[in-house]
Amino acid sequence: MSLRQLKSNIVVGLCGLAVVLALVPLAMILFYVISHGFTALNWAFFTQMPKPVGEVGGGMANAIIGTLILISIAGVLAVPIGVLSGIHLAEYGGTRFASAVRFTADVLNGVPSIVVGIFAYGLVVLPVHRFSAIAGGVALAIMMIPIVTRTTEELLRLVPGGLKEGALALGATRTRAMFTVILPAALPGILTGVLVALARVAGETAPLLFTAFNNRYWSTSLVQPIGSLTVQVFTYAISPYEDWHRQAWAGAFVLVSMVLILSIIARFVTRRLERMSRGS
Amino acid sequence: MAQTEDRFYRYGTALFALLILTLVVGIGFELSRQSMLSIQKFGLGFWKGTTWNPVSGEFGALPFIWGTLYSSLLALLISTPIALGIAIFINEISPGPLRLPLTYLTELLAAIPSIVYGLWGIFVLIPIIRKLELMLPEWMKNTALFKGPPLGVGMGAAALILAVMVIPFSSAVAREILKGVPMNQREAAYALGATRWEAIRVALGYGKTGIIGAVMLGLGRALGETMAVTMVIGNNPQITASLLAPQYTMAAVIANEFTEAADELYLHALIEIGLVLFLITIIINGLSRLLIWSMARRTAEAPVRVVATETAVV
Repeated sequence: MSLRQLKSNIVVGLCGLAVVLALVPLAMILFYVISHGFTALNWAFFTQMPKPVGEVGGGMANAIIGTLILISIAGVLAVPIGVLSGIHLAEYGGTRFASAVRFTADVLNGVPSIVVGIFAYGLVVLPVHRFSAIAGGVALAIMMIPIVTRTTEELLRLVPGGLKEGALALGATRTRAMFTVILPAALPGILTGVLVALARVAGETAPLLFTAFNNRYWSTSLVQPIGSLTVQVFTYAISPYEDWHRQAWAGAFVLVSMVLILSIIARFVTRRLERMSRGS
Repeated sequence: MAQTEDRFYRYGTALFALLILTLVVGIGFELSRQSMLSIQKFGLGFWKGTTWNPVSGEFGALPFIWGTLYSSLLALLISTPIALGIAIFINEISPGPLRLPLTYLTELLAAIPSIVYGLWGIFVLIPIIRKLELMLPEWMKNTALFKGPPLGVGMGAAALILAVMVIPFSSAVAREILKGVPMNQREAAYALGATRWEAIRVALGYGKTGIIGAVMLGLGRALGETMAVTMVIGNNPQITASLLAPQYTMAAVIANEFTEAADELYLHALIEIGLVLFLITIIINGLSRLLIWSMARRTAEAPVRVVATETAVV
């Protein structure tokens, strides 16, 4: 074997090693989340409130409902904005304005979540001097908007052009073609995209720390501080109590399974759409 | 009639798209407004001071800048070769049927919430690192990189965890870039008698711009990462090169101290740190996007794809 060939083989081997190096932490994290988390999971985790400090047992019912409320607010705010922006980008994508929006959306997507938290704090918390579920929802919505926008644009582009041309040829306006033909065709994909985005922001902690804050008690009020799975996991993880650590793992397990299941569903739906678009 | 409808449609949806632009400008504006007190009082000295003592009213943010930059650069040092290796392996080497599963698996790393990385960091990674630190040979402990007591928490742990978190972002983009490099580039190399690695190097050279963009995208992520770093870095504002030393980052100090900031000046100082973090990340992200786009325009048929991989569906 020549020296060049040897070098080539070594590099190929190193690339394989790189894949293994990335998969090791993934496997470790999943292993620990499942082994520590699943065993810690019980009915009480979903149905009971946190016990006072030092007492063993209890659950995260308040945090689970909190997370659900927070992501609902985020969804209600972000989905219309994201989907309509995405429609604009897909339909009038060639303009300078569209490029600017696309660029900004990508930049916004990269803005650190903690910074989004500060913004929501200044926007919603400071004027009324109170942490609230709404403030947390706004922060999460800002994180969701760019994701929903780009997903919508992307999926609308996957819809075969023939569908749109057919609608236009039949005398439909562009508006009609979009809302009665193209959008419905892409809808399953957009819906799963939204679900994935929701799962993503449900896993966010930093933007909630000083917007939704935290709440150890049951609360469904939109104008009061509210608990969330992530902040609760954070609080429990850095606490000195064994039983809280156990519950933190259980919370992590719930978070990870939620994200993973939705991601897998999204994969399938997107692939079906892609095949449909290629088949045309 | 139809024209009015379409005009309404066009400008109506544009209004929502405009909101995205407004948001980014709004964040910059709001953060500047909320940090005025600190900007006016300390000026540039804020970024040169090394003492952070809110009780006595001393606010020097240099240790945080140091911690953020140092941890991110260390993370990139680890993650870049691995991310590139993954991209090369999946695109150029792996047998066909393995390609998709490997792509999904490596991208799963991006789907795991940051708080879970942190939890894993505290209870699994840190004990391992502490053991490794205890095994360090004596002569290494005297070098600047490994000074200090073996606590487990510290710069090394933070850099490692950041590296793992950044890998999926960089590798996803690098993979798309490589995919966009025309086959004839490699074929030409092979025709000249190149080995596999030499052909890959030709492809890498062709995609250089985009790959730099991919690495910068990772950098943007690393700079702003909050929870996982906060949980493992030790949160001690000091400037040292030691990987064993507990340090602090910009994002971490905001996360830890924001709700404790009793007086207005303290709060404004923290928000000023947030403002600078915001400005740094938009510059890095903006540049990275421009590089990736310019690359995508040159190679692939559909430039949008590049972005979709890490935003849309992971």
